[in-house]
Amino acid sequence: MGQVKGRIHSVETFGLVDGPGVRYVVFLQGCRMRCKYCHNPETWKLDEGEEKTAQEVFAKAYRYKSYWKDNGGLTVSGGEPLLQIDFLTELFTLAKEKGIHTTLDTSANPFDPDSPEFMEKFEKLMEVTDLVMLDIKEMDPEKHKVLTGQTNENILALADWLSDHGKAMWIRHVLVPDLTDDEEGLQALRAKLDQWTNVERVEILPYHTLGLFKWENLGIAYPLEGVRTPTQEEVEKAEKILGIRE
Amino acid sequence: MVNFKEWDGFEGRLWKEEINVRDFIQNNYTPYDGDESFLEGPTEATDKLWGKLQELQKEERAKGGVLDMDTDIVSSLTSHGPGYISEDLKDLEKIVGLQTDKPLKRAFMPYGGIKMAEESLKMYGYEPNPELHKIFTQYHKTHNQGVFDAYTPEMRAVRKNKIITGLPDTYGRGRIVGDYRRVALYGIDHLIAEKEADKAVCGSGSMKGEVIRLREELQEQINSLKGMKEMAAIYGYDISEPAKNAKEAVQWTYFGYLAAIKTQNGAAMSIGRVCTFLDIYIERDLKNGTLTEKEAQELIDHMTMKFRMVKFARIKSYNELFSGDPVWATIDLAGIGVDGRHMVTKTDYRVLHTLENMGPAPEPNITVLYSSDLPENFKRYAANISIKTSSVQYENDDVMKPVWGDDYAICCCVSATQTGKEMQFFGARANLAKCLLYAINGGVDEKNKVQVGPKYQPITSEYLDYDEVMEKYDAMMDWLADIYVNTLNLIQYMHDKYYYEAAQMALIDTDVRRTFATGIAGFSHVIDSLSAIKYAKVKVIRDESGLAVDYETEGDFPKYGNDDDRADEIGVWLLRTFLGKIKKHHTYRRSEPTTSILTITSNVVYGKATGSMPNGRKAGQPLSPGANPSYGAEQNGLLASLNSVAKIPYEWALDGISNTQTINPDALGHEEEERKTNLVQVMDGYFDQGAHHLNVNVFGKEKLIDAMEHPEKEEYANFTIRVSGYAVKFIDLTKEQQMDVISRTCHAQM
Repeated sequence: MGQVKGRIHSVETFGLVDGPGVRYVVFLQGCRMRCKYCHNPETWKLDEGEEKTAQEVFAKAYRYKSYWKDNGGLTVSGGEPLLQIDFLTELFTLAKEKGIHTTLDTSANPFDPDSPEFMEKFEKLMEVTDLVMLDIKEMDPEKHKVLTGQTNENILALADWLSDHGKAMWIRHVLVPDLTDDEEGLQALRAKLDQWTNVERVEILPYHTLGLFKWENLGIAYPLEGVRTPTQEEVEKAEKILGIRE
Repeated sequence: MVNFKEWDGFEGRLWKEEINVRDFIQNNYTPYDGDESFLEGPTEATDKLWGKLQELQKEERAKGGVLDMDTDIVSSLTSHGPGYISEDLKDLEKIVGLQTDKPLKRAFMPYGGIKMAEESLKMYGYEPNPELHKIFTQYHKTHNQGVFDAYTPEMRAVRKNKIITGLPDTYGRGRIVGDYRRVALYGIDHLIAEKEADKAVCGSGSMKGEVIRLREELQEQINSLKGMKEMAAIYGYDISEPAKNAKEAVQWTYFGYLAAIKTQNGAAMSIGRVCTFLDIYIERDLKNGTLTEKEAQELIDHMTMKFRMVKFARIKSYNELFSGDPVWATIDLAGIGVDGRHMVTKTDYRVLHTLENMGPAPEPNITVLYSSDLPENFKRYAANISIKTSSVQYENDDVMKPVWGDDYAICCCVSATQTGKEMQFFGARANLAKCLLYAINGGVDEKNKVQVGPKYQPITSEYLDYDEVMEKYDAMMDWLADIYVNTLNLIQYMHDKYYYEAAQMALIDTDVRRTFATGIAGFSHVIDSLSAIKYAKVKVIRDESGLAVDYETEGDFPKYGNDDDRADEIGVWLLRTFLGKIKKHHTYRRSEPTTSILTITSNVVYGKATGSMPNGRKAGQPLSPGANPSYGAEQNGLLASLNSVAKIPYEWALDGISNTQTINPDALGHEEEERKTNLVQVMDGYFDQGAHHLNVNVFGKEKLIDAMEHPEKEEYANFTIRVSGYAVKFIDLTKEQQMDVISRTCHAQM
């Protein structure tokens, strides 16, 4: 162990919405999705970021143990963490040795149930992962492609796999007015949620424009220019459909 | 041993043998482990009085910050007739007593300095009384005059060039907390008898300077105690004897505090640790059936209302230092006793609850003496009040208790003092950031371009060399510590002579322990600058006269606020080094030197007087407040920043290490219960590492910007935020300070 280096984009020592309790969040570099509302476009490129070993990363994270108490811990987000699965597994293994709660925040895009090689690694990762946070961006495959540039098949496949294996899962859905808030799509998601047996929490993340400046900094045209943020009523309506509120 | 009928039902012995409120508390208080469900809402009287007071506050703001001022009466214990929030409602006031005869009317207090007292009048359009002018210039000297008569030219120069700032040479030094509880527990007559006994044995046969002075001070204390009785009589109360019930206990204690604020205009006029004490009386009455919970809360609400009304006449330059009219009426809650029992009582809840009953407010400066071992219920309630009001600060009882015991109070923003056993010589701050620039420039002030410090060899190289800078910085700090301590010695001497705090000292043991509180400004900027010099390349930009006026830094360097030991260790070194230099010097009246890393809102003014720094901070920009990391330096989130601050050993900065942080409510969690849990965990994690202090704000940047642009909106009238060292109504800050607060890192997450 200790040979694989991860490409780290940044860390946030004070993550409170990235898993249970107080989280130390490691953002890994690199993602193949091109979500139109991405608020971290600077993590897209695969060859950037600072290279560090899992030990180095864990040692830094472990300094925050006193804030975690019995529910907080380590979350890895991105970018897309599954692109660096070897590093990720090593990092979570170190955390579990110290009894630290581990959360994987993934888009599931690299998930490949047809590749035995990937699945072997993935199962190993799941042994040291306590919780998976999964973004379901869109139920309709065609719309999903338009929104993210990628298919959603493997994303749903990952959710099925987690459900079959009884792995705790949080589902999140970014609500963008006129894009991902159609009732049909939300109903379809609800049907899936009812079907999966391992969903501990469902969250609507209202679309926001706080990441817009990053697109500007990177000189990329922002595809959702002019799209508004959802109203409180719209959020509540979506939450009702997904069964989050009565 | 004395005994009073008012003490029926109280346990213990030592506190009857001697003046010892701590012993009384430990023998009689009832720890409370339950939650907040017992609390009662405001009574009709509270609503009416608070409504009236809010009208007055509105009027005060409309008139430019001052409602009314005294021009003809010199404030003393008995200078004014009774005053009430409103004549019509005065029967509703359960706790009475104002500084003057009218609410929010500022008293005339010339003893600190007649010039300032008159200037503050003129500033608000009042005409100073020529007769009083004559008295305090021709017949009676004031503190300010004494100081300036004795200042050396060098002291004037360091003051003028602001390498030492905020000195208490024009107003009261404050920070002395009388043990106001003594008035309630013992009654004035017994306190007089004790002081007379002290005087009787003071200096028989050895009339040396120190002894003569003490005898004179004791008589002044005795006179003050007599004055307090007269003051209470004006309101129809006889406080000769101990308080016999909860209402009297609150009233007597408040009279003790009122005596202080009628006679002194110190920067900080703290109340102290009164909750556990008052709770004993409330519990006794509740048990007797002579008081209901509703009435108990009303007493606390009305007392708190009085603390919200404390006012002093200040001048413009003072407001720039301490913006928003603060008085540091600090009141302390919770803590854990030496015997291991926590000291949370129902009255600690009641005081926090005033922020719900009467809405958020900057005063009193509510301070929770925190430990992760406090009852979960209480921690969650306090966190909830923080989330709702941003009006509470937290200080680590686990680090303070070993030093100050379990009956200390906070005497200013964050500094601890043993109640009734100790007084403090407040000494403002030395600007160590500026000192670094003096080291580079051979004692020449980078702003005013005059020789202020000693004419040491300046640095002449194009790039700064770490070892050379450190050697010169060390020498320059030697000089600064020397002139700083000597300036303070002189100020404290004059303050004792011309503006002695007789009323507060009368409620403190005669055999008093004294601390000498120095302070550091510019902490984070020195760390980052030294780190830049050490780990990056710093090029000096000089003007035509060869003076270093700016710096160009190439490359990256570790910064304080990221839990990076390379930077944080420089901070620890800096504190230890400066404290060591302070301790080398003689300090006035055998006081014990301490230091602090807290700057209050004065960081803006200090920054104005400080040139560009090697860490990239440009000339004139605000210094970061207290022990906070520099603006924009924090790159790893709140907890990394907290971990950096937590590394500074409290034992080396016993006067306090202030840290102010703002958390976006959305980043704190999605639901209320979750937010409470998370905030408690942050504080547990931070304080368990030995950190000293945390100001907790919970709001978003958008709210600040909107409040700055629309101060007239009703919702912002009482919008309170914690700034370094105190709480303030945001709309009462100067525009500059509002901008400063907004630009500071808001810990939001996307």
